Amino acid sequence: MSVFGKDKAAMQKFAASVPVPEFGECSFNEPKPLNLAKVAIVTTAALYREGGDGFELGDSDFHYETLPGHARDLTLGHHSVNFDRGGFAADINVVYPIDRLQELSENAIIGEVAENHYAFAGNQSPTVSEIRLDSGPLCANEMLKESVDVVLLTGT
Amino acid sequence: MREVAERMNVPRTLYTDFPVGLSLGKPRDKKFQYEVLQAAFDLLEEPEGPVIRKFPVSISSTGSEPLVCSLPPRMNTELHPAVDEAQGLKAAYDRAYQKNKRTSVGMKISAEQVPEALQRFVRIVEGEHWDEVGFPDKSMYGTVHDIRTYYEELACELAEGPIAPWATEEWFYDGTEAGQIILKARRVMRENNVDQSIWFGLAPAGRE
Repeated sequence: MSVFGKDKAAMQKFAASVPVPEFGECSFNEPKPLNLAKVAIVTTAALYREGGDGFELGDSDFHYETLPGHARDLTLGHHSVNFDRGGFAADINVVYPIDRLQELSENAIIGEVAENHYAFAGNQSPTVSEIRLDSGPLCANEMLKESVDVVLLTGT
Repeated sequence: MREVAERMNVPRTLYTDFPVGLSLGKPRDKKFQYEVLQAAFDLLEEPEGPVIRKFPVSISSTGSEPLVCSLPPRMNTELHPAVDEAQGLKAAYDRAYQKNKRTSVGMKISAEQVPEALQRFVRIVEGEHWDEVGFPDKSMYGTVHDIRTYYEELACELAEGPIAPWATEEWFYDGTEAGQIILKARRVMRENNVDQSIWFGLAPAGRE
């Protein structure tokens, strides 16, 4: 038997069958040029700062953690055994490319790195209603208050 | 995952055929990470969506070079090899923590408790019932999470060369005494008809 997380066909079958809300319309807009844009990261890697409460097991924890741009004391709260955690152990940027964004900002490729970034847990209820109706809009408002122009979404 | 993005009408998606856990593809490879980010940001130029573009480089979960990571010699032959090994690796874990200023150990136990936790798995392998060796209710999964994380973090400190996909997981379960004793304990519990919810998540699905 193959190891689930390494089995590409099994992972694709899982992705195709996982329940997700399906939207009829695409929320598409055109942002300002990248070299003028403020960029934030939103990750579903369930990152949190060391010593924090972190995320619960199961699919009922829809809260998000605020990650200040300077914070590197980050813990991986995605607890599944079925993915490769060695990459994050070696380099947080493989999940949360905060250092790369800082460097792109210093080189004027992007306008600015947001002061705050955000982490959710990827394991959510089938409808994702809690994030859609509660913590998602709240997080989006935080980014709007900080005048974020572009959001980079990453998972694990 | 491309299938999810398609069904949800996500405005701009860079589909990366990388192993789960590696969103930017390659740890400790700035150049590659920049290429992935540039490809993602290029999507901002698209005039209409939804758009899904495939990153041209794929990374396989299998077939990479194994991790080259030396294990310490036996220090105390009165201890089980797994317990002795975990104690012997504590200095490497501490160095990794000092260098990175972060750890993901701590879901159920601390780094200092790793050898003691492994001793509990030794007792299961030697015939004691799992609920008599000192695992509080529903704590075994989190304990193994912390043991594996302890080893994976110190492996990244000790390893020579790049960290390939799944290399630390394979090193832990196939190459260390700790991984081996956990797999043995898992098999013992399965053979003794312990409820699957107790032992199944102690290793990735499909591992024996």
